[in-house]
Amino acid sequence: MLMSPLKIEKGASSQSVYALRDPNSEVEEKHTLAVLVENEPGVLARVIGLFSGRGYNIESLTVAEVDHTGHLSRITIVTKGTPAVIEQIKAQLGRIVPVHEVHDLTVEGPSVERELALIKVSGEGDKRVEALRLADIFRANVVDSTLGSFVFEITGTPEKIDAFADLMRPLGLREMARTGVAALARGSE
Amino acid sequence: MKRQMTGAQMVVQALKDQGVDTVFGYPGGAVLPIYDEIFLQNDIRHILVRHEQGAVHAAEGYARSTGKPGVVLVTSGPGATNAVTGLTDALLDSIPIVVLTGQVATFLIGTDGFQEADTVGITRPCTKHNWLVKDTERLSETIHQAFHVATSGRPGPVLIDIPKDVQFAEGSYVEKPKAKISHYKPRMKADIEQVQDLVALIEKAERPVFYTGGGVINSGPGASQLLRELVDGTGFPVTSTLMGLGAYPASGKNWLGMLGMHGLYEANLAMHGCDLMINLGARFDDRITGKVEAFSPGSHKVHVDIDPSSINKVIRVDLPIIGDIAHVLEDVLKVWKSRGRKTNTAAVRQWWSRIDEWKSANCLNYTPSDTTIKPQYALERLEALTKGHDRYIATEVGQHQMWAAQFLGFEEPNRWMTSGGLGTMGYGFPASIGVQIAHPDALVINVAGEASWLMNMQEMGTAVQYRLPVKQFILNNERLGMVRQWQELMHGERYSQSWSEALPDFVKLAEAFGAKGILCKDPKDLDDAIMEMIEYDGPVIFDCLVEKHENCFPMIPSGKAHNEILLGAEAEAFVGGGALV
Repeated sequence: MLMSPLKIEKGASSQSVYALRDPNSEVEEKHTLAVLVENEPGVLARVIGLFSGRGYNIESLTVAEVDHTGHLSRITIVTKGTPAVIEQIKAQLGRIVPVHEVHDLTVEGPSVERELALIKVSGEGDKRVEALRLADIFRANVVDSTLGSFVFEITGTPEKIDAFADLMRPLGLREMARTGVAALARGSE
Repeated sequence: MKRQMTGAQMVVQALKDQGVDTVFGYPGGAVLPIYDEIFLQNDIRHILVRHEQGAVHAAEGYARSTGKPGVVLVTSGPGATNAVTGLTDALLDSIPIVVLTGQVATFLIGTDGFQEADTVGITRPCTKHNWLVKDTERLSETIHQAFHVATSGRPGPVLIDIPKDVQFAEGSYVEKPKAKISHYKPRMKADIEQVQDLVALIEKAERPVFYTGGGVINSGPGASQLLRELVDGTGFPVTSTLMGLGAYPASGKNWLGMLGMHGLYEANLAMHGCDLMINLGARFDDRITGKVEAFSPGSHKVHVDIDPSSINKVIRVDLPIIGDIAHVLEDVLKVWKSRGRKTNTAAVRQWWSRIDEWKSANCLNYTPSDTTIKPQYALERLEALTKGHDRYIATEVGQHQMWAAQFLGFEEPNRWMTSGGLGTMGYGFPASIGVQIAHPDALVINVAGEASWLMNMQEMGTAVQYRLPVKQFILNNERLGMVRQWQELMHGERYSQSWSEALPDFVKLAEAFGAKGILCKDPKDLDDAIMEMIEYDGPVIFDCLVEKHENCFPMIPSGKAHNEILLGAEAEAFVGGGALV
């Protein structure tokens, strides 16, 4: 897909109260980018090097091969910046030779975002019971348990995982591993 | 049937198939198999430089003066790291370069082997793309891909790292037409609606200006021809960045001269006061824009560029057009002609009368001297005495570079080699060698400062070995002139480390290398000395002792707007003090 860096679409930003995004806005927005890349050595280093070299933010990054025969990997990046910076990030990504496509899921239409986390909580008595009860509410699964601890597996939006982790903290949260965001556009396309 | 050959043979075969006639390089352990193959053939000429940085700059000079990619061959480790400055230089100036580096054998990679460096890791941010080839079967195709990437879209340097065992091993050769050039096909033609929008703007504009850059040169000689046709057809004024000099001829009637930090007064004020700015293949570099918030406040800005990431990177534009300059100009001319070649003639005439007022400030005026050679005078004489020649100019970086851009006129593209983006001192001398290799009969002059020139002076060995009659025209002020100027104007005249107390005798230095040295310190001797330099058939170091404390004006101090441009005392006296507008 060819990117058109200047195309300002209606409802482009959920953070904006106006229908159009102001290109000169200084307000930082969070965007989720899906980058389809040739699965070759060094391609992730190129993408990460671009962000560090040009001073862009990475809030979350996931990468895995998604098309073995086509030799393609998908990198999902959550980044933050003013509209001008976001446009620049997309254009810079598009310029990397092994990058095939860059999609801004935040702008291009509705999308689903999910993240998986493993959370270890240790405690006894009431706290242990409360942790289990909250896990049930959040539909987290117990994937490991000892007499003094649980490891929960939880899937959801990053906000949901944040909320669950916040609740677990006073109940004995010990350790957490998160995968970063994976995201897809909704609909049949 | 596929041809079987060793990796080293593939390298030479692929270079031949790519039409390469010259390689700049320096041998070492990890590239010996390739050097062996170079020894066994006569189609490709290898130029032995004296330092790998020199190889890359020479390849840049070759590339910029021919439009063809420059090719470099160096060894692993220090060979590759020495090439890094040249790669970064080529990246910032969008010069097509293919660098082949040797690497330790695949089984040694990661063991801190002798002369091992993570070459692809080190050069990833300073190449357009790079490859480590671990399998001989992939080698020839990768080389073909590398040439494709280096030369298509916005050109740039690429690097292929080839482990020694891959050079020895056999594999099947992939012919150039069969090589997959992957998905990398940058867009050349722009949307016709945008072209029509641009034509509509051209028809209405009252105070237009063309702001052209290196993209016009990179797009090929055709782009320069089309630019000339459009500029002369519309009668609009045209200015250019340092990188774009020669795309529109300096003798052309619409030429305003270079713009930017040391650009001409009229060019900068035209940029500041225009109502339509048409940027063709330039990138709103900070040396051009000055203070971004105050940059050309009242203009409608159009930006034509082949690289989408150049759009809105620094300056927000009103009409972005993604495409190759030649393709876009061709379409613009077609549409503009079909709509009746309209411009707002009356308004444009008025605009020109304003520009002519600015021109009358004579911003390049300087105080002449009978006793010391003014650097501006030296360049005026160089210009006058070399004008009719088949001439190519390279420069180093600093005051002399800006004076060269101001005082030398370029009538054709590809005649001007200078390090614009990176500002690499030490660029000009090896670049002049690359130019002379490509154009053996031309007059190739490197306008240099003595400090820059010393940074790659070892290349005298190369110039003498290949009998390259490159002229090193050194404006010697025994100072880091531009550093000194900034220290004078912005750091309270504290001249911290900006002069050298131990300069060589350049005449003796030339003679030590087996070249000719000329010393000139009296303005009265200058013409004869320059003629002696031109007429000498061989490399010359011309040590031109110039005024030590001359400043380069006009100057837009860093962080200031175009209308805050500083003029030299001579010009200011003329306009009655201070900048207009």
